[in-house]
Amino acid sequence: MVLSAEDKNNIRTVWSKIGGHGAEYGAEALGRMFVTYPTTKTYFPHFDVSHGSAQVKAHGAKVADALAKAASHLDDLPGTLSSLSDLHAHELRVDPVNFKLLSQCLLVTLANHHPADFTPAVHASLDKFLASVSTVLTSKYR
Amino acid sequence: MVHFTADEKAAITSIWDKVDLEKVGGETLGRLLIVYPWTQRFFDKFGNLSSATAIMGNPRIRAHGKKVLTSLGLAVQNMDNLKETFAHLSELHCDKLHVDPENFKLLGNMLVIVLSSHLGKEFTVEVQAAWQKLVAAVANALSLKYH
Repeated sequence: MVLSAEDKNNIRTVWSKIGGHGAEYGAEALGRMFVTYPTTKTYFPHFDVSHGSAQVKAHGAKVADALAKAASHLDDLPGTLSSLSDLHAHELRVDPVNFKLLSQCLLVTLANHHPADFTPAVHASLDKFLASVSTVLTSKYR
Repeated sequence: MVHFTADEKAAITSIWDKVDLEKVGGETLGRLLIVYPWTQRFFDKFGNLSSATAIMGNPRIRAHGKKVLTSLGLAVQNMDNLKETFAHLSELHCDKLHVDPENFKLLGNMLVIVLSSHLGKEFTVEVQAAWQKLVAAVANALSLKYH
């Protein structure tokens, strides 16, 4: 799967529209994921995953920052995400299926807050972006 | 068989009355064909699918989306009996339409996203969770007669 020039443009535009809401959306997506897909909580036994949790807020911010970084380095996702890739492969070892679950919740969150900007073409680009990031993060698993 | 709690049923039905079957159905199917272009393989005879604009404006896609969402409405009314409700449609999708059940999951996820974009604040975490459960259960029911 390749990100076209149009995809990259769409992704950058979305991220500029997100502005300072990244952390908020990251936390919301995680919150949606924990309730919708309870199995994802197994990776966070040390967390308070209840609504409004400070830990979820902090983690949401971390996820959002990583995605923002990826969005501004679309020409080299493997390089940009290399250390996160190592982390997920050797320490976190989150089963690959879970990246799709978080991606779904990220799309639901973005569609919810920016319906006018979430055109079908932008939606497609974002889906590809999240899939690309997921692929990179699981690329060193074996 | 999947069991829906009273809260889940309430969350599901609470928004269903607001759903315009043609608008939401058409948008959901259109987006499916755009975001996952390989799903267009089932719609060769549906006319112009050459661009996102063509797809979203295609009246046959819109009509078919309405048809699909109307069936979803059957699910909302028969949450305790999805297997029987979708038995015939399952046979149809296997024997006549030859649709890989994976596509039902893709469509279900797409519907949730479209509902989210239309409903804003009302599409709470609980509502999303209940709807994801419903679409997953429908996808499963539709695959039961496959052989």
